[in-house]
Amino acid sequence: MNKHNFFYFIKEGAFNMFSHGFMSFAAVGITVACLLIMGTFTLVAVNANAMLADMEAQNQMLAFVDDKTWTEEQARALEKDLLAVENVASVTFISNEDAAAAFRDKYEDDELFQGLPDDNFRHRFAIDLVDIGYMRQTKEALEAVPGIGKGNVNAYEDEAAGFITIRNVAGVVCIVLIAVLFVVSVFIIANTIKLTTFDRRDEIAIMKMVGATNGFIRWPFVYEGFLLGLFSAVIGFFLQWGLYEAVARSVATNDTINLITVVPFEHMWTYVAAVFAGAGMLIGVGGSLSAIRKFLQV
Amino acid sequence: MIRLTDVVKEYPNGTHALNGLSMEIQDGEFVFMVGPSGSGKSTVIKLLIGEIEPTEGRVMVNGFSLRNIKEWQIPHLRRTVGVIFQDFRLIEHKSVYDNMVFAMRAVGAGPREIKKRIPYCLNLVGLENKGRRLPSELSGGEQQRVAIARALLNNPSTIIADEPTGNLDPARSLEIMRLLERINALGTTVLVVTHERDLVNRFDKRVVMLERGRVVSDGHGYYGRRAL
Repeated sequence: MNKHNFFYFIKEGAFNMFSHGFMSFAAVGITVACLLIMGTFTLVAVNANAMLADMEAQNQMLAFVDDKTWTEEQARALEKDLLAVENVASVTFISNEDAAAAFRDKYEDDELFQGLPDDNFRHRFAIDLVDIGYMRQTKEALEAVPGIGKGNVNAYEDEAAGFITIRNVAGVVCIVLIAVLFVVSVFIIANTIKLTTFDRRDEIAIMKMVGATNGFIRWPFVYEGFLLGLFSAVIGFFLQWGLYEAVARSVATNDTINLITVVPFEHMWTYVAAVFAGAGMLIGVGGSLSAIRKFLQV
Repeated sequence: MIRLTDVVKEYPNGTHALNGLSMEIQDGEFVFMVGPSGSGKSTVIKLLIGEIEPTEGRVMVNGFSLRNIKEWQIPHLRRTVGVIFQDFRLIEHKSVYDNMVFAMRAVGAGPREIKKRIPYCLNLVGLENKGRRLPSELSGGEQQRVAIARALLNNPSTIIADEPTGNLDPARSLEIMRLLERINALGTTVLVVTHERDLVNRFDKRVVMLERGRVVSDGHGYYGRRAL
């Protein structure tokens, strides 16, 4: 393709788009809506994943040494056995003295707790997991380690299970919606381009008559689809940004759900922009190619 | 050169448009193809520009065999054949000049070539001063001359005119025929499909007459006088 043709195709594609203003508007509107829905579900999944990662990082399990009378040396000897348990990433020993000190620090305003003796506390291990999806199985395995015993491992199983469910549901819904909305968007764009090609069928016939190749005829329509998709992506991206920020603000200011950590949009705007641009252009070009195919068989 | 050998064309609905038609047109010839409605004239044109394929027989146009032509070769065939229709087929919202640009752009011509070729072709058909006009601002004869100029843009070796005077009065029809005659004198093969007997008879040219998908007469002279 030489540069004259390139600019000609762009000009023709833009002309086509503006000459069918209403249909173009409808196509852009539908595509923006589809991108927004797809984007929203994807961002929910991203946030659920981020929260799970947070939980993995922050919510350690605590394994208590069963016997209060064990010395620090005896207790420390368990570390190797605990590390050998599957799904355990790291083990940190906390002596009863350290645990008591931390407790007193936490409740420094409460005099009642300040006098608690160290031997009221047990030696313990803070345990990080590789995957909190296997929290229950790991807890059972840790309880089976001699010296720990049943009931001596604290884990936040319910919270982890909740987040895993959210992540899985959001993932499935996301995939299904993306597929459905992608097809809908392609269909709408294809219809818009079909209208353009129908309106310009005489011009297409003349082009074919004088010896234009199918490629030459196809390009302006491909650019039209491309531009429609790109416009949709740009509009969709900024709407998504605004929507996301609004939701993030309400989460932060709401007393009941402000514990949920929302990933800042600034951390992922490049990915969102790239995905929107890619999806928009793919929808646009796919739609135009499927629309023009019939008209080229002259 | 155009050569049709024992060509049969049967449409999917069962209509036999051509029944063993054979004819040959040498480079530089001027030929009238005449015949009543349904004689197969339009089918011959469609075959010559690669719009349809023959059911049987061989069709050769300017070195392209239409029997086994590849889809990608059809545009190249069409660049060797300029086609003119009764209804002019100009783009109404584009000026005469822009209609020409559109046709040249469609075959990938660059701006320099466009600037050189369009004034030459408009001059050839006597419309050098009407480039900025819209087709609707021109008379029927002028619109047909624009169509002829457009057909000449890509310097085709053959011009096929399908009822080029069907929408024109006798004086304008004669003008168009004289113009085609002049183009033929410059070396372009011209095939005119028409059923205007009086017009054909004013020119001493080869006349091929079709009937029921076959050539029933072929020779120089008057339409309807000579039979094979």
